[in-house]
Amino acid sequence: MIITSTVTVLAEAAEVEHNPIVPLWQEIVLGLIAFGILCFVLMKFVFPQMEKTFAARVDAIEGGIKRAEAAQAEANQLLEQYRAQLAEARTEAARIRDEARADAEGIRQDVLAKAREESDRIIAAGQEQLAAQRESIVRELRSEVGTLAVDLAGKIVGESLADEARSRGTVERFIAELDSAGTTGGRR
Amino acid sequence: MTGQSIVLAADVPFPPSVEDFYLPSILPWGEHNNYWFTKVTFLVWLTVAILIIFFLAAYRKPQLVPTKKQWLAESIYGFVRNNISVEMIGPRGVAFAPYLTTLFCFIFLNNLWGIVPLAQISPNSHIAFPAVLAAISYIMFIYVGIRHHGFAKYIKTALVPPAPWFILPLLVPIEFFSNFLIRPFSLAVRLFANMFAGHVLLLVFTLGGFAMISANAWFVPFSLVSWVLTIALTFLEFLVIALQAYVFTVLTASYVQGALADEH
Repeated sequence: MIITSTVTVLAEAAEVEHNPIVPLWQEIVLGLIAFGILCFVLMKFVFPQMEKTFAARVDAIEGGIKRAEAAQAEANQLLEQYRAQLAEARTEAARIRDEARADAEGIRQDVLAKAREESDRIIAAGQEQLAAQRESIVRELRSEVGTLAVDLAGKIVGESLADEARSRGTVERFIAELDSAGTTGGRR
Repeated sequence: MTGQSIVLAADVPFPPSVEDFYLPSILPWGEHNNYWFTKVTFLVWLTVAILIIFFLAAYRKPQLVPTKKQWLAESIYGFVRNNISVEMIGPRGVAFAPYLTTLFCFIFLNNLWGIVPLAQISPNSHIAFPAVLAAISYIMFIYVGIRHHGFAKYIKTALVPPAPWFILPLLVPIEFFSNFLIRPFSLAVRLFANMFAGHVLLLVFTLGGFAMISANAWFVPFSLVSWVLTIALTFLEFLVIALQAYVFTVLTASYVQGALADEH
């Protein structure tokens, strides 16, 4: 009331035909139409589109983040897998190396044992052969020494011995002596 | 006889009067008291045309990665949507963002004509336009409240504050007065008065300079000071223009929020 009366007083004082606080009905109509058209166009064709674009943008960004996370997870999993495989391969290699070393050791032992056996066998065979040869040589000598000695003795004596049996006994004894002397001499 | 026409004649109209706001009609030319096509209504139509063309052109082919124009249009909408709508009303505010953005742009551009060279009068300095906008806000917040609560409950939440019963006979009329009578009036008058006063201020300083020169040639330095001040005041006006557009939009959002609130 106060405002209106003041305005009226002012208006009267200034002697004007318009009161600025009283709207012109033509302008109200025009304002409604103009603002209505603006609202219709912007609220129907522009701002809903903007909301859609915002949503699409959010979707794109979040989708991108999700995809990146999935890729990261996959990469991590692959890395884990490779690491596991690498570790496995390392232990496998170590195992193979150990096995190879053990094998080599075994083979070496085997070869050594075989070589020792072979050498033993060769030595044994040599010894046996030696013994056999010695035996045969001794046997030959024994028979030859007997005849040689008898021949020699016969020649020395110059006459046949009356008692052959006796002489045989002498010879035998002599040879035994020889034999024992020979063995002791051979060992020396 | 209007102060709008800048004349260096001796009879510069001073001081400016209310009649300076009521310009003669453009079509039919020069006629007084014919308001269908005046400079003011022309500027309103220009505002509508500029806004429609700008937004449609900027948002004809929206892209995820925006172009410069699209970015500008989105920034305006995003500003009102996030800093006014959602801030004031909450998540439900997104639904009101399109209207509030339209309102903000319309008021801002209409106000801006007040300092645009050659236009230099804001349609909002005619109370009809702020009154229309305030009436729409008024109807909107009451409608939203009734739709949200139902008629009886909305009237109850709007009028009956949580207070002891014996104080209610005093409070209910006050609430009614402030919520349903003062709100649309203050909304319209605030915008109108700011634009009106701004225009008067610029007129006083501009015409004052001419009046002083024509009164006495020795007053030239004072005239120059007056015109320099006009330029400074134009910058001040820009602040008022942006602020009033913002305030009108924020208050509308706040009334809608009040209508939607469950508590008093």
